[in-house]
Amino acid sequence: MKPAIDYLLHLADNALVLGQRNAEWCGHGPILEEDIALSNVSLDLIGQARLLYQLVASLKGGNCTEDRLAYFRDTHEFRNYTLLELPHHGPLSGYAQSSMDYGTTIVRNFLYSALMALLWEALEKSANADLAAIAGKSLKEVRYHLRHSRDWLVRLGDGTDESHARVQAALDHLFPYTQEFWAQSPAEAQAIAAGIGVDVTTLQADWDAIVDAALAEATLVRPPVGGYVTEGKQGIHSEHLGFLLAEMQSLARAHPNGSW
Amino acid sequence: MYTQSFNVPDGAGKTVPLAPSTEDPALQAAFDARIDADGRIEPQDWMPEAYRKTLVRQISQHAHSEIVGMLPEGNWISRAPSLKRKAILIAKVQDEGGHGLYLYSAAETLGTSRDQMLEGLHSGRAKYSSIFNYPTLTWADVGVIGWLVDGAAIMNQVPLCRCSYGPYARAMVRVCKEESFHQRQGYEALLVMMQGTAEQREMVQDAVNRWWWKCLAMFGPPDADSPNSAQGMRWGIKRVSNDELRQKFVDATVPQARVLGVTLPDPDLKWNEERQHYDYGQIDWNEFWETVNGNGPCNKERLATRVKAHNEGQWVRDAALAYAEKQKARSIKEAA
Repeated sequence: MKPAIDYLLHLADNALVLGQRNAEWCGHGPILEEDIALSNVSLDLIGQARLLYQLVASLKGGNCTEDRLAYFRDTHEFRNYTLLELPHHGPLSGYAQSSMDYGTTIVRNFLYSALMALLWEALEKSANADLAAIAGKSLKEVRYHLRHSRDWLVRLGDGTDESHARVQAALDHLFPYTQEFWAQSPAEAQAIAAGIGVDVTTLQADWDAIVDAALAEATLVRPPVGGYVTEGKQGIHSEHLGFLLAEMQSLARAHPNGSW
Repeated sequence: MYTQSFNVPDGAGKTVPLAPSTEDPALQAAFDARIDADGRIEPQDWMPEAYRKTLVRQISQHAHSEIVGMLPEGNWISRAPSLKRKAILIAKVQDEGGHGLYLYSAAETLGTSRDQMLEGLHSGRAKYSSIFNYPTLTWADVGVIGWLVDGAAIMNQVPLCRCSYGPYARAMVRVCKEESFHQRQGYEALLVMMQGTAEQREMVQDAVNRWWWKCLAMFGPPDADSPNSAQGMRWGIKRVSNDELRQKFVDATVPQARVLGVTLPDPDLKWNEERQHYDYGQIDWNEFWETVNGNGPCNKERLATRVKAHNEGQWVRDAALAYAEKQKARSIKEAA
């Protein structure tokens, strides 16, 4: 059961953390249609997170609930990719925030959706029937997310000089974080051994093909990777997740016995 | 949500008298006959300029209200206390964006572009519902906005489904369906909180105290002080007077407050057997007009936030246009 729980939390935390980030655009988008689109993506992700947390809660039993998992775990217990917790702008520490950059948002959504379109498809064959069912539903959603982010990646890349420069900078910033996709964690290894999870490295060639085709169409250059490989999925995060969770969890923790 | 339930003249906040009609009398007569027969005016139909202007002003104010209204509630998305409430709130705020979209589209059928309307908002010339110039201080505000603010908006908007201008009336049918869903969601969120801890119940009462009078003011000045209303009624744009709508809202809300277990903060609120309605106290119109005219607690923040989103999104919109132009050029080249 433990391998399933750790693996499901990884998938759930990915969805929740990116859902939380994308919702930051609600009311602040570059054009009304994109406010609505980003909110929709966020809603899908939070919906996926809820199903996965509910599954974890049922496996854990006792008084575990989706909200206990989302609101009462600390930073080191979150298992999401570091990529997904970063603010919507270039590399800056803590309080040195900058305005949200739509290019960063789009690049991240594209890189992650391209992976999840492959991963959810493979997870439809998971030995865990509940996970397979969640994968089926999530696959339909992520195909839209991929289409949305890819379309914008191409528009921004092949748009104006400014949009090209911005989206290339976002790509340069975020691309190294994708190395974490391919560095297998112990939890992933156990889930693969149990037939629950998928060996993501088997998806890498397909991911490369999706990414390279889109970058070519967007006239963007694939950045080199190397150096530090993030370890968010093992609970070692960037400094940004602490702020994200502090905000997200504040009200629930202020009223631990509240009913909502 | 949401419209200001009355028509605030854009600009200085003073009522501008309608210019006497200089239109073709035959066309004017046909228009009047259609209005009198409770018929619909469609975009391709002839209409008096003053009717067109009034509609553009009202529909764009309504659209702006939807968009600005995303901010006070959006303020709580990141901190929603459960995943279910987070999802509900995102969906709700997204619906408001959708309403803004239909309404801008409805107004565009009158020959004014979305860019022109946004320019009016961003320059501070065009108004939006004043209710959004108040802050959302606790999570209970989210529920109370659903219950009371959306509730007040519905009272005003249901009659707009019969508005004489077809595109506006049709947009309002969908808007009203979604609003009434939001209103029930808000009320349900409060019911759950009232069954929770003492702190949660206090939070709900505090939010009701802060929003109640603002919601009553949403219906606009008393009929006697509402000079634009008569022309709006004549044109079938406005169907029910401010005071009638306000009374209807009070009468509907009092029993809901009782079920919820909150007190409405008005010592003069009591059933009047003779009128068969609830009496209620004096609304602070000075405070209301101060807020309408830009001096409320959040006016500057709301507007600056909209302007920031628009300005910082310029490069994205420019890129989309540039890309579309390139695609067009490429397809022409291919065809040749």
